[in-house]
Amino acid sequence: MSAEWPLWEIFIRGQHGLNHRHVGSLHAPDAELAMRHARDVYTRRNEGVSIWVVPSSAITASSPSEKGPMFEPSQDKVYRHPSFFDIPDEIGHM
Amino acid sequence: MGAVVDMDAALFAGLCRLGDSTLVLGHRVSEWCGHAPVLEEDIALANTALDLIGQTQMWLGLAGEMEGKARNADALAFHRDVWEFRNLLLVERPNGDFGHTLMRQFLFDAWHQPMLTGLAQSRDARVAEIAAKAGKEVAYHLERSADLVIRLGDGSDESHARMQVALDTLWPYTGEMMTPDATDTALADAGIMPDLVGLQATWDGLVRDVLAEATLAIPDGGFMHKGGKQGQHSEHLGHMLATMQFLPRAYPDATW
Repeated sequence: MSAEWPLWEIFIRGQHGLNHRHVGSLHAPDAELAMRHARDVYTRRNEGVSIWVVPSSAITASSPSEKGPMFEPSQDKVYRHPSFFDIPDEIGHM
Repeated sequence: MGAVVDMDAALFAGLCRLGDSTLVLGHRVSEWCGHAPVLEEDIALANTALDLIGQTQMWLGLAGEMEGKARNADALAFHRDVWEFRNLLLVERPNGDFGHTLMRQFLFDAWHQPMLTGLAQSRDARVAEIAAKAGKEVAYHLERSADLVIRLGDGSDESHARMQVALDTLWPYTGEMMTPDATDTALADAGIMPDLVGLQATWDGLVRDVLAEATLAIPDGGFMHKGGKQGQHSEHLGHMLATMQFLPRAYPDATW
């Protein structure tokens, strides 16, 4: 039965968080039940104040085999990090 | 002239009726743990069971306090015998299949939710406080069980047939919830617990709407079982208690 239910990705906004974070996935026949399952599976310990459910099929993921061309070119471009500025003392910790 | 009712005894009985019903249903639902058709429903059932056991601790805790014989919630749950239990007959019915369990849950939730709304207005502040806390949990139970009864009733031919059998089987156990005895009436007159007859219209409305949407037919015939609230139980409760009570009775000082 569960094999026929589509997979959903669950995002929860925590008590103090501003953004929804991916917490896991589950099976459900539709969005309404996915929401209910997410409530039962992922917010049992008072983790959340808001839930998003997204069909896993709606997510386009980068391919692991393209990791090289995708991410490696940025490795030697240290100048892209804003770490070359002198921060005035009065600014304090940033 | 009506019989004089000892109000302390009536309140103790009323609290045991609430606490025993949530305890027995909570235990029944917990029997699904690890057996539900899908993982997500397994966790949802366990959550429901835990909510009900939590409510039991509050109701039986208050009952024990009221009674003043140094019995706490555990003593009442694990060291009473079957004839001392005051739960509704509906909740001791065996689980049957998943649909049967959900139908039992829905028929109970549709009573439990308005009952707690009434109890939250109790003249007894301790009762009102417990009811307010439990009410939020039970509102969710009702939303869930009603939705699943509709989905399964108005689902496949097989799920529809199973839900209709569940409804036909469980229906004669629903009347007890709305049929007051002298204890219920005394508690209602004192403003401590709601008038059970008054709950009937709310329950009827809710149940009729959901069952109509679920394309299920309400059984004909008015016969209703009764006796659970007075301690007359079916054979099923004894078997359940034998499992539930074994450990604390065999090892009374066990801790973990």
